[in-house]
Amino acid sequence: MPAPRTLLAKVWDHHVVAEPPGLPTVLYVDLHLVHEVTSPQAFSGLAARGLRVRRPDLTLATADHSVPTHDRSLPIADDLARAQVRQLERNCAEHGVPLHGMGSPHQGIVHVIGPELGLTQPGMTVVCGDSHTATHGAFGALAFGIGTSEVEQVLATQTLLQRRPRTFEVRVEGRLGQGVTAKDVILALLARIGVGGGTGHVFEYTGPAIRALSMEQRMTICNMSIEGGARAGMVAPDDTTFEYVAGRPYAPRGPGWERAVAGWRTLPGDDGAAYDRSVTLDAGELEPMVTYGTNPGMGMPISGRVPDPDRTADPATRQALAKALAYMDLRPGEPLLGQPVDVVFIGSCTNSRISDLRQAAALLRGRQVDPRVRVLVVPGSNDVKRQAEAEGLAEVFRAAGAEWREAGCSMCIAMNGDQLAPGQYAVSTSNRNFEGRQGTGGRTFLASPLTAAASALAGRIADARPLVERAGAVV
Amino acid sequence: MAEPFRPFSSRLVPLLADNVDTDQIIPARFLKVTDKAGLGEGLFADWRYDADGRARPGFVLNRPEMAGRQVLLAGDNFGAGSSREHAPWALRAFGFRAVLATSFADIFRANALKNELLPVELPAEVHAALAAAVEADPDAEVAVDLDAETLTLPDGRVVAFEVDTFARRMLLEGTDELGYLLAHGDAVAAYEAAHPARVDTLAPAWKAAPPGGRG
Repeated sequence: MPAPRTLLAKVWDHHVVAEPPGLPTVLYVDLHLVHEVTSPQAFSGLAARGLRVRRPDLTLATADHSVPTHDRSLPIADDLARAQVRQLERNCAEHGVPLHGMGSPHQGIVHVIGPELGLTQPGMTVVCGDSHTATHGAFGALAFGIGTSEVEQVLATQTLLQRRPRTFEVRVEGRLGQGVTAKDVILALLARIGVGGGTGHVFEYTGPAIRALSMEQRMTICNMSIEGGARAGMVAPDDTTFEYVAGRPYAPRGPGWERAVAGWRTLPGDDGAAYDRSVTLDAGELEPMVTYGTNPGMGMPISGRVPDPDRTADPATRQALAKALAYMDLRPGEPLLGQPVDVVFIGSCTNSRISDLRQAAALLRGRQVDPRVRVLVVPGSNDVKRQAEAEGLAEVFRAAGAEWREAGCSMCIAMNGDQLAPGQYAVSTSNRNFEGRQGTGGRTFLASPLTAAASALAGRIADARPLVERAGAVV
Repeated sequence: MAEPFRPFSSRLVPLLADNVDTDQIIPARFLKVTDKAGLGEGLFADWRYDADGRARPGFVLNRPEMAGRQVLLAGDNFGAGSSREHAPWALRAFGFRAVLATSFADIFRANALKNELLPVELPAEVHAALAAAVEADPDAEVAVDLDAETLTLPDGRVVAFEVDTFARRMLLEGTDELGYLLAHGDAVAAYEAAHPARVDTLAPAWKAAPPGGRG
C-alpha cells in the first residue's frame, strides 16, 4: 500500500518536473495569471535575455490594480498608471498572451476572473504575481503568489523552483449561525493564530462548516490564507466544486468533462494522511468579526471590546498593540459597535463576487445609507457587474445612495485614486488593514459584506444580524 | 548578472517592530512603475515622511548616522503581506544587503534571495542579545559571511545561520535561478509531452458560450 497522501501532496507530486536530491523541486505551472503591476520588470527581463513566453496558452493577463473604477470611456488620468497599463498591452501583444484589458467584457480582478471563466480547476497549479492567488485554492488547486523574478521564470519556462511546504489543517466544525459568513471564519482564524501563524505551511480547510460553504465563500476563506502567513490555502474538491466549474467557458466539455471529474474525485486527502499542524474552530461559536488594529490578525467578535495593551503579557505584542491603537486612534476597552465611519468599501478579491453583492444588497434594499458615509460598491469583474445589473442589484445600491463602480481592485490597494483621506475610518470587505493600505493615514476595519452594509446604513459599525433576521432567506 | 555575495561588516539599522508588512516597506503608490529605478525613495515612505513630505526626525532611517549601513535588524515575521518584489528592490536601492530577524514571511524571503538581499533568521536569544548590544552601542558592528553561514556579533561571538542550500549557491556564484531553470528545458518538454495542458487560454471558448449569468 502506498503511504496515504494529503490533497497538497497529490497536487504537488503530479507537477514535479525534476527533483534533484537536496535541491528545490522544479514544479510545473498549469496556469499563470498576470497583471499590470508585478509583470513589467519580468517582461523586461525576458527582453534583456532574448527570451519568449514559453506557453502563452497557459497564461492570461488582466488589468486590475491601477485601473480607474469610474468612467471607462476616458483615458486613465494618472500618467504612471496609464503607462503601466499600456506596457501590459504591449507586452501581451508582443508575446501573444491573451489579455482582458480595460475594454474587455471579461476584465476584472485577476482572482475573480480565473474562477468565473472556468480557468481555475481542481488539481491545478496556479501562480500569479499577487499574494491573494491563494484564492484559487478553493478549487483544490495549489495556488500561490510569487514575486516578479518568479513571474519572469514562469513566463520563460512554465516552471518554478520550490521547496515542498508543510501542511496545516484548519478544521471548522459545526454550522455557522445566521449572519455569520466565510469572512468571519477567516478573520477568526487569523485572530487565533496571528499573521505569522501559517508561515512555511499550506492551509487545508476541512470539516463540515467548510463543506457547507458555496465556492464563492470558500474563495473568501482561501483568499486570506496569506494573511496568516500561508502562501496557499486549499479545500478538497467536491460536488459543490464540480457544479461551479461545469459549463464555464474554459471548463472541459463532453467526454472530457466526465474524465476530468473522475480525476478530480481522487484528489481529496487519503484516510490517515497526516498534517504537520492543525487547529480547530467551532463555527457555531463564531460571531461576525471586525478588526481593530493594523494587521488582519488583530480582529475580534463584533460585540467585543478593544483589547488593552497593558493586559498583554508579551512585550512585543504589547508594543505592537499600543502602536496599532495609536494609529487607529482607539482606546482600550471601548466597543467598536457604534464607532462612526466615513467610508464603506464593498469590493476586492476577497468579497466582490455576485453572492457578496447579493448579501449587501439584501440589507440595503429599500433603505438609505447614512448621508455622512461614502459607500463604494466595486464589482470584482465586468461579468459580476453585468450580472448584478441584470438582477437589479446595481439599482438597489444606487437607490440606497451608494456608488456603483467599474470592476477593479480599487480601494483595497488604493492605487487608482479610490482612497481614504488621512484620518478617515472605513469598514472594508477587503483583506488588509495595514497602515495606509487604503490611503495614507486611512484607518481600516475589515469585516464581511453584511457588516459593511449594516454599517453603511447606520453610519457606524453595526451588527448585521438583526437586519439579516428581518431580510430572511435572501441572505 | 549579479556580483558574488562576499563577506562584509556593517553597523546596524534597528527597526524592531514585529510583522512589518511590505505595504510599509514600500507603499502601493510607488508600484506604478515599469522598471526598478528610484524605489529607494519609497522605502518606508509613510514612516519616513509626514503628509507634507517632511522627514520625521524620530524615524530611524532619517538619522544621519544611519546612512550607508547595510544591515537591517528587524523584528519577527518581517515582510508579511503583499508579494511585491518592490520591497527587496527598495531595500537594496537604499543600500541594505542583509536583514536580520527571528522569522521572515515566505514570499518576502524568496524575493529577497533573488535580489542579493540576505534574509538571516536568528534564534530569539541571539536576536535579543543583538538588539541589546545595538541599544548599548548604536555603532556596534556585525560581520556577515554567507559562505561560512556565520554572523559575528559585536562581542565577537560567532553564531551560525542557515540559508537554503540552493539559494546560497546562487548568491555565492552571483548567478540567478532562471539560467538553472532554462537548463531543464528537456525535462520540461518531457513533462509537457506526458501531461496534456489543463486549459488553453487562447481558445475563444466564450464565443460559443458567454460567461457570467451565474452565481
